[in-house]
Amino acid sequence: MSGQHHGAPEPYPAIRARAIESLLVEKGLFTGDAIDAKVQAYESDIGPMNGAKIVARAWVDSGYRERLLTDGREAIAEIGFADAQGAELVVHENTREVHNVVVCTLCSCYPWAVLGLPPTWYKSFAYRSRVVIEPRKVLKEFGLELDDSVEVRVWDSNSDIRYMILPERPDGTESMSENELAELVSRDSMIGVAKVKLPAQVG
Amino acid sequence: MNGIHDMGGMHGFGPIELEENEPVFHEPWEGRVRAMRSTLPEVSSPYGGRFLIESIPPDLYLKSSYFERWLLAFEDALLRKGVVTAEELDEKTRFYRENPEAEVPRKGAAELAKSAVETLYTIRPTIEHDGSGIVPRFGVGDSVKVGNINISGHTRLPRYVRGKVGTVAKVYNAQGIQDHVPKSEQGPQPVYSVRFDGRELWGDEAESNHLLYMDMWESYLEPDQNTSGGSDQ
Repeated sequence: MSGQHHGAPEPYPAIRARAIESLLVEKGLFTGDAIDAKVQAYESDIGPMNGAKIVARAWVDSGYRERLLTDGREAIAEIGFADAQGAELVVHENTREVHNVVVCTLCSCYPWAVLGLPPTWYKSFAYRSRVVIEPRKVLKEFGLELDDSVEVRVWDSNSDIRYMILPERPDGTESMSENELAELVSRDSMIGVAKVKLPAQVG
Repeated sequence: MNGIHDMGGMHGFGPIELEENEPVFHEPWEGRVRAMRSTLPEVSSPYGGRFLIESIPPDLYLKSSYFERWLLAFEDALLRKGVVTAEELDEKTRFYRENPEAEVPRKGAAELAKSAVETLYTIRPTIEHDGSGIVPRFGVGDSVKVGNINISGHTRLPRYVRGKVGTVAKVYNAQGIQDHVPKSEQGPQPVYSVRFDGRELWGDEAESNHLLYMDMWESYLEPDQNTSGGSDQ
């Protein structure tokens, strides 16, 4: 890492992190290259684009959809994704009648293998505290208003099992290819705080 | 532990703040800390990385960002393990504060690596996790009551479900218990997905048509005495 430019002093956590990295590199616990590679992987290799491919496949291939809902870990391995944590992956399907949403109230458990690192709001005190007690109100803040007839299921990820949501395929996408469908699938729809929308509906 | 991190159901944290097109890391140091800590998971044993975060004093926990909490816990782990000393760390911090242009070294000395790695592995816990042959006590549809368990160490049992009655929705394979329980109680247990009705958890304040599912290690659960037909009879 290069040093800080002149101007505002570096904030304390940045300095402290450099001090720790420097000591651990000096002691030979890892090299700068190893840390670079991990940061690069977090920023570029893992992310919701992986989950989106899985969702698109499930939408076009009902056999795959069944396998995904039965054994998530096996099904994501089938198309080349594996959870580095070795965690079970359980996939729940959102429908017109049932809406699933995922949280980790104690911490920040999240299916990295398919969605990457969690966004800040997922780790926020507001989301962690509220979505288990007032999910409809919270979903409304994301712009998702659910009818009272829809059953809301909140999954608090407290064990080594990770949860991903298979969102409902929007109407009007019948002629789209698997790749085009994957482009539509948002991160938030796979956490369960949004629905997948057609480009015309976005905004 | 009944810590500040156990915030399910709390009021007062305000609206959810959303950020469009959020970067994975907002500052480069966040990525460095994330990567360093996950490169050396052993450094947090035997406490566990999560327990070290939960052990941050509540006021500091609340005013720190997510990655600041990671940094605090990582630093705590390194100091507890003796991988670095407080003096070394403070001296190096002073150095980078006074020399903001100074680069972080890319490679260290091999002979130091050996002793540092030994430090790291000396207190590694050795718990056998063989879940084979474990027969689940509960079955799908059983009514179960969550124990009123208040462990001062790490636990995966949030306060808001303790003492509540739910229904087993799924039986998972055995997982090693992550809680800080006596050695004789460590090891794999069946894990259940337990379904709770919103009203059971939140009473009249519950929203309509709301279910909550949580994973439960078997030792968290007891048969619900008020319903009949459980498979544990």
